[in-house]
Amino acid sequence: MSIACELSNPNLKKTKAETIVGNWTSKKILLFRVLCGLVCISLVLWLCLSFYVGSLCICNKDAESSKGVLFRNHNVTRSEIDAMLSLFFDSNQVTSFECRKESNPGMWESYGITCSLSTRLEKDEEAKRHVAELMSSSEASILDNLEENVEKEEDESGHQDVLFYLMNKWHWWFVLCVLVAAHFIFEFHRRKEVSFLQDKQQTQCKRDGKLRKNMLLLCIIAGVSLSVFWFWHTNEKILRQRRETLTNMCEERARVLQDQFNVSMNHVHALSILVSTFHHGKTPSAIDQKTFSEYTERTNFERPLTSGVAYALKVTHSEREKFEKEHGWTIKKMNPEDQTLVHEFDPAPVQDEYAPVIFAQETVSHLVSVDMMSGNEDRENILRARALGKGVLTSPFQLLKSNHLGVILTFAVYNTNLPHDATEEERIQATIGYLGASYDMPSLVEKLLQQLASKQTISVNVYDTTNASSVIKMYGSEVGDMSEEHISSLDFGDPFRKHEMHCRFTQKPPIPWLAIMPPGFALVITFLLGYIFNEAINRIATVEEDIRKVRELKARAEAADVAKSQFLATVSHEIRTPMVGVLGMLKLLMDTDLDAKQMDFAETAHGSGKDLISLINEVLDQAKIESGRLELESVPFDLRFLLDNISSLLSGKAAEKGIELAVYVSSHVPAVIIGDPGRFRQIITNLVGNSIKFTQEKGHIFISVHLTNEVREPFDTEDEILKQRLGSDETCNTLSGYPAVNATGSWRNFRTFQDHISSDKIELLVTVEDTGVGIPFEAQSRIFTPFMQADSSTSRTYGGTGIGLSISKRLVELMQGEIGFVSKPGVGTTFSFTGVFGKDSSVTALELFDQSIHEFQGLKALVIDSRNIRAEVTRYHLQRVGISSIDIASSLGTASTSCASKLVNLDLVLVDKDAWNKEEYVAFSDLLNSGQETYTRPPKILLLATFTTPLELSEIKSSGLVDEVLMKPLRMSVLICCLQETMGDGKKRQIKRKPKNLGSLLRGKHILVVDDTVVNRRVADAVLRKYKALVTCVDSGKAAVAMLKPPHDFDACFMDLQMPEMDGFEATRRVRDLEEEMNKKTDQSRKWHTPILAMTADVIQATNEKCIKCGMDGFVSKPFEEEELYSSVARFFDK
Amino acid sequence: MDLVQMQKSLQDYTKSLFLEGVLDSQFLQLQQLQDESNPDFVSQVVTLFFQDSDRILNDLSLSLDQQVVDFKKVDPHVHQLKGSSSSIGAQRVKNACVVFRNFCEQQNVEACHRCLQQVKQEYYLVKNRLETLFKLEQQIVASGGMIPAMELGF
Repeated sequence: MSIACELSNPNLKKTKAETIVGNWTSKKILLFRVLCGLVCISLVLWLCLSFYVGSLCICNKDAESSKGVLFRNHNVTRSEIDAMLSLFFDSNQVTSFECRKESNPGMWESYGITCSLSTRLEKDEEAKRHVAELMSSSEASILDNLEENVEKEEDESGHQDVLFYLMNKWHWWFVLCVLVAAHFIFEFHRRKEVSFLQDKQQTQCKRDGKLRKNMLLLCIIAGVSLSVFWFWHTNEKILRQRRETLTNMCEERARVLQDQFNVSMNHVHALSILVSTFHHGKTPSAIDQKTFSEYTERTNFERPLTSGVAYALKVTHSEREKFEKEHGWTIKKMNPEDQTLVHEFDPAPVQDEYAPVIFAQETVSHLVSVDMMSGNEDRENILRARALGKGVLTSPFQLLKSNHLGVILTFAVYNTNLPHDATEEERIQATIGYLGASYDMPSLVEKLLQQLASKQTISVNVYDTTNASSVIKMYGSEVGDMSEEHISSLDFGDPFRKHEMHCRFTQKPPIPWLAIMPPGFALVITFLLGYIFNEAINRIATVEEDIRKVRELKARAEAADVAKSQFLATVSHEIRTPMVGVLGMLKLLMDTDLDAKQMDFAETAHGSGKDLISLINEVLDQAKIESGRLELESVPFDLRFLLDNISSLLSGKAAEKGIELAVYVSSHVPAVIIGDPGRFRQIITNLVGNSIKFTQEKGHIFISVHLTNEVREPFDTEDEILKQRLGSDETCNTLSGYPAVNATGSWRNFRTFQDHISSDKIELLVTVEDTGVGIPFEAQSRIFTPFMQADSSTSRTYGGTGIGLSISKRLVELMQGEIGFVSKPGVGTTFSFTGVFGKDSSVTALELFDQSIHEFQGLKALVIDSRNIRAEVTRYHLQRVGISSIDIASSLGTASTSCASKLVNLDLVLVDKDAWNKEEYVAFSDLLNSGQETYTRPPKILLLATFTTPLELSEIKSSGLVDEVLMKPLRMSVLICCLQETMGDGKKRQIKRKPKNLGSLLRGKHILVVDDTVVNRRVADAVLRKYKALVTCVDSGKAAVAMLKPPHDFDACFMDLQMPEMDGFEATRRVRDLEEEMNKKTDQSRKWHTPILAMTADVIQATNEKCIKCGMDGFVSKPFEEEELYSSVARFFDK
Repeated sequence: MDLVQMQKSLQDYTKSLFLEGVLDSQFLQLQQLQDESNPDFVSQVVTLFFQDSDRILNDLSLSLDQQVVDFKKVDPHVHQLKGSSSSIGAQRVKNACVVFRNFCEQQNVEACHRCLQQVKQEYYLVKNRLETLFKLEQQIVASGGMIPAMELGF
């Protein structure tokens, strides 16, 4: 049943849940978007940064390398520059040098500055020739290098520009892709959102799932491609760096080799000049073979690359004989096959010209006397050398003796100082000899490479490419990584010869871990994320499916619950009918002659049946409430009277257990309120019934009613009960003196205390306080659950089903109120509930004892009670009957001592039995009598007792000390009765007089009673007859009209309102019409106007107005109330 | 059973009728109306009520069993029953009639059927009780006793 209550408003909940879900998804989407944006931004930033840094690195590296090259170039010619410094110590040389230093960061500047350096050098005419030559050669090489470098640089920077541009393009493409993806995601989510709102069908869920999966797949693909791109990019970078390294190293080697070669060449040149100066310039020659060989041997360190030098003289055929005679040997021919021994050379054949070696270094001394013109290579070389005036090289060939590949450098020696622009012819003419030096290429390169760092990493090959078709390898082996090669050209100062250096790495490129690792990680992360998201998506799908199932089940449960309630309602009702029969029969059976045993059985059966009926009633109520079929009535009722009824009903049970029962209604509560008295009564009966059930032989049950307004503004209240309530949490100042739990605890939780209700409504706060066993803490949460008692033993001990509180809760909710409780095991429980009722101040007719109340106005009373609260309750009851001046004393003793002044003119003294004390009373009554001496009537003493045995009662009565004993709980009717009895004969007679008055009023009057119901007619007849009226009865409106057609002799008419054919209103209208007619016709002094009084059970204002409107004179409620009848009729007859 | 006991049991029984809510104070008033001049007033009225009610209930059953229920016919019947039951103080019948009339206004046939059952039950209950009551009274009268006056207040 609780489910039913939960689901009573399922739509609301559903929408709530939806909004929650909606919120959640929108949040999720927002998060996702933010995440996407962050990822995009970081990616873009990362890309930009990496490119920027990359280019920067490359630039720096280039600068570094170029700097290195420049520096090396200068380093190589360090000696020359030093010499230069010493020569040009003055002027701008220093600045240019500084400039060179400054030029490090950029290539362009360095180029320019070196240029300026060179121009400066050229300008200087006074330099020594040797130095100048050295300088110019080195400078040339430097310039060449620089030029090459610059070219390469330009090339590379161009390449880089293109690359960066490409990268930029790439990166824009990537950003575009990301944007498109983001847009797609956004679209997808929006669509999802929209569709989510539109319908939440299963298919939708599945489609969502599929879309999500597709998205994931897209993301994974993007991730994978990103990683691949990253890898490619990094790998490219590494490869490029490798290539650059190779290039740099190769260039470096080529330049160094070239420089070394040039240096050696210069030395050979110097040697040639030496020979020309000292051999030909002096006569006789200052040089012979011995001197030459010694000198060359000693200066060999200057030409580390040459294996040997030799000087050959130019000898024409005409001079051959003279020459041979002079030297004492014949000119020999070079034998290419066997070069080991000079002596075995054949004499040279006859030629135009010979070039016999006259001086030779020790290492090549075997060449002396060999005609260099006889070798093909040498001859060509010699011819070219003397024509050019520069050093020329042979193509590589197997050197004599050493079997190494080598080249021969040949310089021509001239006899005069030739000008720079001498013609070829002049040069040939001036030629007197040739100086040759052999270079051992492999050892040359080997030696060179030894000097350089990281010789292991690259392998170097040197080629002679003069003849492009047949390239001659001069040095190196075909090992290393063939895939990559860098070719640098070499210039050995012979423009005819071309040489190249090929460099390659000795090892294959290593696996680029640097390029593999980060993208690899990215890939792994992508897959991991993909896996996680995949799991999440699967989970979402499962949860969605589950939710769908749960919804379905919920709907089914709701349907089942409704069906159950309907079933219960039907079945309970069906059970009730036969049960009534059973009970009736049992009752009849009990009325027959039964022996004691049979009577016992029958009574047990009857009792059980009654219990069953009440249970079924409860279940029916519950079911009705749950199926929403219970609607509250809205009728005016007197709350106080209702509470009197309840207390009288329950007083028996309470008295049996020895529990004091009291009712208190705040004076702010209006007399008549509009609501459902039956249900209100049910709630209170339930609560009080429970209280009685769970209270053992002591204490009290106290029902109090206040307005919530009073509680809301507690500080200006004058209500004693409320004041005491708001005092402390647990107090002993209760009705019976036993401690009870204060209800304020539960009031605080009431929502209604916060919001105000409209002015035509009032909200009542009802509190039922008991001193029972209390509710265990662990059971307090489920006390309002149907069929749930505090624990299973409860039903065994106390009986009952546990449905009552649940019903009460529902009823309270129907009354727009709340119910709550505070309980302390062992102390008691206090239930409180609120309810909204209508206010109808116009209806006061429900005051049943209106007449009697006037009797007691002005009486003065004293209440003597040891318990403050109880005294207040008594005061409340006395106030109800109209006694307004009430004093309270806590005991007889204090009353007689401290309140002596109050005792004057007392009419009534009410003493609670707890405060009763014979000795004190005697003193008190003496005082009382003394105070009252002047008066004829002594005050009446009433004893208030809760439970007394008849014996005790009679004892007290017979003692004559008190006038009457009032049994509690106090009720208005009882109180009035009792007061009427005790207040003396005078008053009593006065009351009795009234019916007589009514009788005299009605005596002999002709009264017409109109009612279609025979019973009502009979009763009304009897009532009116009792007052000696002459009654005629008719059973329809038509008959009434006929009877009342003037002239007639009826003095009054009581008319039922609702009758078949012609109702009371219509009949009255007709009668009035007839009377009008008659009055016009006769025009007599007597106007016909028969008083017509409506008889009605529905005492509603609307009916009243309607009655007056259609010409009635008043109305009496049906069934007749004596006083009311009197007061209504009196208006017409009391003349 | 001796007279005193009979009187007591009558009193108890009457009281129980009030406690159960079968009767209300109107019945007491009826009893007060009964005097020497009209010794059987209560039983007369009650008998009238029974006759009337039997007729009305019969009519009601008939009208409600119609294919098309004419609530304009049903409602006055219920009203009559309500009036007469309140006149003799048959409180529960009256209450049932109030509910019945509500449903008549709503023209709820099914609920009206249920209410008719309810009214019938209550009616038979009160009839039963009152007959028992009268039987007790007759016994007392037969054995020459006085019917004790009920106290006011219920």
